[in-house]
Amino acid sequence: MAIVTVNNVSRIYHQGKTEFKALDDVSLTINKGEFTALAGPSGSGKTTLLNLIGGIDTADKGTILLDGQDLSSLKKGELADLRLQDIGFVFQSFNLIPVLTAAENVEYILRLQKIPSSIRRQKVKAILADVGLADKADQRPSELSGGQQQRIAVARAVVASPAIVLADEPTANLDSVTGQKLLDLMQQMNTDKQVTFVFATHDKMVMDYARRVITLKDGRIADDIRK
Amino acid sequence: MYIILAWRNLWRNRRRTLIILTAVIIGISSMIVMAAFSRGTVQGMVSNSINNLVGHIKIEHQQHPADPAIEHRIITPEKLLRQITAMLPPGSRVVQRIRADAMLSTSREHVGLVLVGIDPDLEQGVSFIGRPPAQGTLFGNQNQGGIIVGRSLLKKINGKLGQKVVITCQGADGTNIAKAFRIQGVFATELESTERAFAFVQLHTMQQMLGVGNDITEIAIQLPDNNGNPPVDLAATTAFLQANVSDKQLLARNWRQMLPAISSYLEMFDGFMLIWYLIVFLAMAFGLVNTMLMAVYERMREFGLLQALGMRPGCIIKMVMSELLLLLTFGCSISSVAAFITVHFFFSSGIDLAIFAEGAEFWGISRIIYPLLTSWDIIAANSVVLLLGMFTGLYPALRATKFSPVQTMRHV
Repeated sequence: MAIVTVNNVSRIYHQGKTEFKALDDVSLTINKGEFTALAGPSGSGKTTLLNLIGGIDTADKGTILLDGQDLSSLKKGELADLRLQDIGFVFQSFNLIPVLTAAENVEYILRLQKIPSSIRRQKVKAILADVGLADKADQRPSELSGGQQQRIAVARAVVASPAIVLADEPTANLDSVTGQKLLDLMQQMNTDKQVTFVFATHDKMVMDYARRVITLKDGRIADDIRK
Repeated sequence: MYIILAWRNLWRNRRRTLIILTAVIIGISSMIVMAAFSRGTVQGMVSNSINNLVGHIKIEHQQHPADPAIEHRIITPEKLLRQITAMLPPGSRVVQRIRADAMLSTSREHVGLVLVGIDPDLEQGVSFIGRPPAQGTLFGNQNQGGIIVGRSLLKKINGKLGQKVVITCQGADGTNIAKAFRIQGVFATELESTERAFAFVQLHTMQQMLGVGNDITEIAIQLPDNNGNPPVDLAATTAFLQANVSDKQLLARNWRQMLPAISSYLEMFDGFMLIWYLIVFLAMAFGLVNTMLMAVYERMREFGLLQALGMRPGCIIKMVMSELLLLLTFGCSISSVAAFITVHFFFSSGIDLAIFAEGAEFWGISRIIYPLLTSWDIIAANSVVLLLGMFTGLYPALRATKFSPVQTMRHV
């Protein structure tokens, strides 16, 4: 069952009078439960595609359906609601709100979703245990290592059971051991909870973990390999 | 959650928050203290005026204000006094006086003044002459030849207690009358002009001297509470007296009618204060907007992240405004306490304006100002800062919603 359908999407950025085609007529489908990597060199358009799927950027041409909903038809507020309910994000860095503790960062999404506090507490406790950071619940991001911060970001991304988790270079700032642990965690969540993950990455290790690798080059899909 | 987040965000940059908080505290405190000082000044002016033989309400012959001649007097006032006393609320004080323009002479000096015949016992709590004199004593019932003069007048005539002076004035029959008095007491008031303008003798002594029987020239009424704001409707009471006194030749006026300049100033006072608040706020507003903009711009990525996570623009505005609300509420609370402490502990014995006495007296301002802190001033100053402060915060808050998540996440 398709969770993301990208139809003939183009995205052009303007820098002064110069045009830069970040995506050029891209079409693809991502099914529920997939563990997919968007690969390619810098400037190939993988982050742009991830942003468009996540509804934080808008396509100049083409349509993107997320869970059957056309993102181009949604207003700013509706897009925000869609991101809140259906999408989890993990960014390369600066993932957490620095003034909130690890638990509060995870809980924040649930608060925005207006989930009752008793359920919130249960979910936060469970997800922190899943990512192995139950003992770090009351620590602020500055007191956590880079790997721990990314694990908290993953916990926040999946705590509200979104339709899809989009991760942009999640291992880029981590050493290989920490990166591997993070990928193990996400793979486990994909296997156990059927959470759909899409990564934008040029990390070989992430590509090795992915069951599908879509390679982008100059804004076009160069390859789409299912393992 | 907004409040917790706002509170923690506020203290992310402790130094900046403390600087803007100090500016807010100084601004609001100065607003309130200045308002208390101004209100104390005005209240002093009002009290001085009311105590200066005006009273809350005065009843006199309708010709007397324009032409204070002895023929414009109240004839046999006993019945009228009983009638008025019955009409007034409990706790009111009613005094009768007779006044005439006169000349006070010593062997060296001649000074024009207003001679007032009073009943000293009744004047207590009604006018300044009811207070114990600065020197000497008030005249008792036996002493009919005593006169009380002001401290400044005594200095001017180079006189002393016990000295004989001659008062010359026009009697009811139009003849000039001269009578000798001994200076028995010296009164002191806030205003030197008052000390030079009046001299006091016993009511019945002056009535005899002028040959007017029991007639008087004015009835002064002090309503309960002597601070210019009696707990009854001043205008309604005045109108009621005017409508119900049996002698239609008489005119009842309250102090607002007798002192229109002060009355108008009082009416404009709150407006002046609001303008003052706005001016101080304007200076403060630049600091507030600047601080909030800095706080917003240095957290661009965070706002981008929050938007990416699904926070609606309205919630981002709420978050930024919560920070400002906390900052201002904190500032307002400390400022109000600081202003209260300043007024009650540092200025409780008044601010001595002796060095400006002559200039101040020109405006009827007391030598010592007692700042008057009212809840209205505290509420008005805090409201201006809170409401307009929140309004100025809208711009930085709106800016925070304009950051695109894609652009801010790229920004390092």
